[in-house]
Amino acid sequence: MIAEIGFFALLLALAMALLLAASPLAWSGNEDRQMMALTRPLMLAMSSFVVISFAMLTACYVVSDFSVATVAENSHSTVPLLFKVTGVWGNHEGSMLLWALILAIFGALVAVFGEGLPARLHARVLSIQGVIAAAFLAFIVFTSNPFLRLDPAPAEGQDLNPVLQDIGLAIHPPLLYLGYVGFSVAFAFAVAALIERRIDASFARFVRPWTLTAWSFLTIGIAMGSYWAYYVLGWGGFWFWDPVENASLMPWLAGTALVHSTLVMEKRDALKVWTVLLAILTFSLSLLGTFLVRSGVLTSVHAFASDPARGIFILAILAFFIGGALTLFAFRAGDLKPGGLFAPISREGALVLNNLLLASAAASVLIGTLYPLALEALTFEKISVGAPFFNATVLPLLAPLLLALPFGQSLAWKRGDLLGASQRLLVALGLALFVAVALRIEHGGPVLAPLGAGLGLFLILGSMTEIATRAFPSGAMLSFVSARLAFSRALGVPRQAYGSALAHAGLGLTVIGIAATAWHAETITLMSVGDARDVGGYTLTLTSLSPRQGPNYRETVANFSIAEAGVPRGEVFSTKRVYTVRGTPTTQVGLMTTGFSQIYASLGESEPNGRVGVRLYWKPLVLFIWLGAVVMALGGALSLSDRRLRLGVPARRPMAAAAPPAAAAE
Amino acid sequence: MKSVSRASLLALRALTRSVVALTLLLASALDAVLPPLRPAFAVEANEMLADPALEARARTLSAQFRCLVCQNESIDESNAELAHDLRVLIREQVNAGRSDAEIRAFLIARYGEFVLLKPSFSKGTFLLWLGPFLVLAAGAAMIALARRRRGSDALEAPLSEAERARLENLRAE
Repeated sequence: MIAEIGFFALLLALAMALLLAASPLAWSGNEDRQMMALTRPLMLAMSSFVVISFAMLTACYVVSDFSVATVAENSHSTVPLLFKVTGVWGNHEGSMLLWALILAIFGALVAVFGEGLPARLHARVLSIQGVIAAAFLAFIVFTSNPFLRLDPAPAEGQDLNPVLQDIGLAIHPPLLYLGYVGFSVAFAFAVAALIERRIDASFARFVRPWTLTAWSFLTIGIAMGSYWAYYVLGWGGFWFWDPVENASLMPWLAGTALVHSTLVMEKRDALKVWTVLLAILTFSLSLLGTFLVRSGVLTSVHAFASDPARGIFILAILAFFIGGALTLFAFRAGDLKPGGLFAPISREGALVLNNLLLASAAASVLIGTLYPLALEALTFEKISVGAPFFNATVLPLLAPLLLALPFGQSLAWKRGDLLGASQRLLVALGLALFVAVALRIEHGGPVLAPLGAGLGLFLILGSMTEIATRAFPSGAMLSFVSARLAFSRALGVPRQAYGSALAHAGLGLTVIGIAATAWHAETITLMSVGDARDVGGYTLTLTSLSPRQGPNYRETVANFSIAEAGVPRGEVFSTKRVYTVRGTPTTQVGLMTTGFSQIYASLGESEPNGRVGVRLYWKPLVLFIWLGAVVMALGGALSLSDRRLRLGVPARRPMAAAAPPAAAAE
Repeated sequence: MKSVSRASLLALRALTRSVVALTLLLASALDAVLPPLRPAFAVEANEMLADPALEARARTLSAQFRCLVCQNESIDESNAELAHDLRVLIREQVNAGRSDAEIRAFLIARYGEFVLLKPSFSKGTFLLWLGPFLVLAAGAAMIALARRRRGSDALEAPLSEAERARLENLRAE
């Protein structure tokens, strides 16, 4: 019964989405406010039905109803409750339903919080979100129904893919989807605004909070996936330029550009055409990512589906939305009036450079990911495009961006003073260079590593300089008498500025973490119980090697004691695990964190003579990589909490009043 | 330039000091944790060559070849059976005194260009290699074009109502 209710709710949601999609036909041409007002309850109803449907599917997993095909294929009665729940999206059908769920949630949020938008625009935005929802719900209903029954029902399930029985991977997809799908709001606004032929600074104010939210989630989602790869794959790599990773990186790069260009549009009424295009492109790349992963075009750990019918359906969705939106853009872009003027050396100019480089980087990832597919389709020639290609193209595009970032950050709007900015940054730049040189002399390694670390440091110091110069503009006194004044000035700096400084500092942390990977130490060796090996100044002793039985797996556990210069530092254990139902082996690495660095121990193959292959690593400052991403997302959240930004999501405010000129002066 | 007063110099000095202190802190933290350089990959212990120089060559080589059954992983990183076989194969050849170029040619002859993680620059791949920079150049050209067009617009654009009003106010002051 539960599964049937779920499927029925899904059908009702599809019906609502179709009504929503068709609703503009009912009121186009006339000013029928009542018909327009219907979009809101329709959206809320659709969202509720999707939520019900998702809840029903979750219930099927929780009670282990193996008469439902997806449950039988992806769960088992012995799986811990947490992984029964996360198993819901650990397969193609369920993860598409999760996609629809998040789309529905964003739709409902726009319905609720968009009340202050002009009625017509609000109705259009909801309606366009209805079109997106209709497409994906139809995809689920017709090609990927998660509620299909099995007859006869099997007595036991086939277990969740062991790789997915991990908390990191369990929460990675929802976060990633919150990012992907969140960009649909910006897309819907862009299309609605193009239809309305009304694109001005207020568009940016409406879109920015949604974009920032989506971007923050995507940032954490990508970091989570990367950390998962780091501790699961057994040798501590954190980014592989795997096509599936690329699929998430492309919308991130484009979304990062979008966050910055909406800022220019909001403050200066410039870059309007580009921002609208970017809003369309960002969500298009999200859709493309979904297509690449879901269609089975690429086969990797992440691709659960390889069904051509699905592939063609998604391709049709992709063509419809991207093609449709870009066509509309082509017709309407000419109507847009160019906005505020600015000199090349200005905050706007710096943000244009940011957008150019980020967009080019996104294009490199896109080209590198799709090129082998295209080449094979056209010439039957098979090539691989791997890390060396992306390192050679994406990094040269991003490095100048990072170097220019602190300068751009401290330039004024409209017309900046590069000399003044450089003077303010002199200390930060000098120190960063000093550290880079010191690292090079002290630790050697490839030249890029100390340069990268210095660059990361420059980003952090540059952000601090920016806040400091805003809190203490020239002439302000920093003595005991005026400490209170300085403090109140620091409080007076808008939260959005703190948010952006924090996000940029987070980026700096990530860059330092990545640069520090060049100084990893590694020991690959065979060990018997009692043996000791050195890695990066620590000594690891294998103290025991024993079998252990888990709820749905067997494993061999190796215990290591860690000492630094003879002083005991702690213990880690690392296991080689075999999941009984599927017979799949996985590795659980042993990690000891000291500060932001980690000691990393993983088990390899056992030898017949009782020795076991072991990989030991010392990973200095490795946690900066992901911590930086978390700081970036926090920066996004801090910026979101800015009161001035909240006014931008007008709470019962007419559009004209939403953009006070005072804000533009900032 | 009255604003460049003693007070602002003080402020600047305090700022500089705090930044220096923080940097030294960060630098010393960085310094404390960094041992000398070693690369890090996923080869098994029992595959490795005894001679460190030959082993290092084998590692560098195997990072360039794709594990053919994996998704963009090099044979050095992969845990797959095939990757293991290829790692052993490369080490056999390194031991036998073959040069890097010979081993590379051997693998390409056996598995095709597909085995290279870094595709060679050829008739089929020049768009791949040049694409990102073409996009960059096209973007830059479009920005330059837009600026030129706007530049001429700006000269002719009359003041808006609001700008005129502000100008009047300024004049009145």
